[in-house]
Amino acid sequence: MSFVSRGFTGRRRAVPAGRLPPGQYDVGDGFPVLSAGPTPYASLDRWDFRVRGQVDEERRWSWAEFQKLPRESVVVDVHCVTSWSKLDTRWEGVSVDTLLADVVTAAEFVVAFSDGGYTTNLPLADVTDGQAWVVDNYDGRPLAPEHGGPARLLVPHLYLWKSAKWVRGLELTVEDEPGFWESFGYHNYGDPWREQRYAGD
Amino acid sequence: MAGTAIRRRLSWQRADVLAVQREARRAYRLSLRPPDWSGHLPGQHVDVRLTAEDGYTAQRSYSIASAPQQPGIELIVERLEDGEVSPYLTEVLRAGDLLELRGPFGGYFVWPAGDGPVQLIAGGSGVVPFLSMLGHHRATGGLRQVRLLYSARTFDDLIGQAELARQPSTVEVTVTLTRGAPAGWTGLTGRVDARLLAEHTIPPAQEPEVLACGPTGFVEAVANALLELGHDPIRIKTERFGATGGP
Repeated sequence: MSFVSRGFTGRRRAVPAGRLPPGQYDVGDGFPVLSAGPTPYASLDRWDFRVRGQVDEERRWSWAEFQKLPRESVVVDVHCVTSWSKLDTRWEGVSVDTLLADVVTAAEFVVAFSDGGYTTNLPLADVTDGQAWVVDNYDGRPLAPEHGGPARLLVPHLYLWKSAKWVRGLELTVEDEPGFWESFGYHNYGDPWREQRYAGD
Repeated sequence: MAGTAIRRRLSWQRADVLAVQREARRAYRLSLRPPDWSGHLPGQHVDVRLTAEDGYTAQRSYSIASAPQQPGIELIVERLEDGEVSPYLTEVLRAGDLLELRGPFGGYFVWPAGDGPVQLIAGGSGVVPFLSMLGHHRATGGLRQVRLLYSARTFDDLIGQAELARQPSTVEVTVTLTRGAPAGWTGLTGRVDARLLAEHTIPPAQEPEVLACGPTGFVEAVANALLELGHDPIRIKTERFGATGGP
């Protein structure tokens, strides 16, 4: 017999069918902040974005150069491993496809690295083909520092810890190398629709 | 930074609810006995899952309040007025019920190894993981210097008063109340800012490991002030909770 919590009915928000992965709830207008350390405050004249590692030639964009790249607007649902989801979030930035265009590599994985030392690992196939962006604008405004500004990775089909805040580049790797939370017992891949929260899920 | 990788899947289990007791104005202490529990690190959390009769579920993470040396586990849950899970845990759940949970999880925001000084900074129910850490410190007879700076709204909001009152001499607890103090209160009042941190926490020159836990706004302000005082960000760990109004 399946388990029922005596007397629990829930306070359900009306969420369109198919929008919430298992175990998630709609946080509504809120936007929780979760990060492992102090918020870094990067100076834009020293900011750059790098593509490095297993590449034919390292790529680097200054903030000014990054701003001149073709931009895209996306409206996506985001899902945090701590069980909140936020629907229809509006972001603007540069597609990872643009950043990796013309890169010659044998890599199958990437490690996103950030100011403050944060890292997260993803299959290369999950950040290409219109699935990932480096965003610097949220809801029409420059991205706030506590939400990852000046720029963060956005990979909305995976749990939000994969969308590294304060991102400064992508390291392409041949082997899969666990990032920060992935080394502390969180799932290596993190698909919310398969509820891959922790290692072994 | 090598974490302790937990590769074994931690499955959902039904813990016996031994007691649900009021802990503070909005906080309740849940004493639980999970059938399969191989211990936890001070600072780790469990995920709790509630299931309605039609199969609808809701799950949330809660820090463990009890020390690993204590049998079973205790959670302290703050009741959020517009919450879905915390009102159930604090008002409906009672001794004799079963509560589904799994864990422990989180190998990062835990009691630091070594014997250097540790500074804990808590806002509201952010004190919960620190109760586990202080219990562990006491149970192991640790000699390292430990300070806790704990900010709460009012005296009636203070969580863990009994534990905090019986700390060993290596531990110094400083409480500040932000929304008024009772008559005869001799502790601090007012919000945690750089000045208060400078006066009542271990200075950066002693290179303490700093752990800050609390609502987003609190932790954000504390972490920024710590950097301003000269603490190395590498030694500051944070755990934030609660929604903000947007970026």
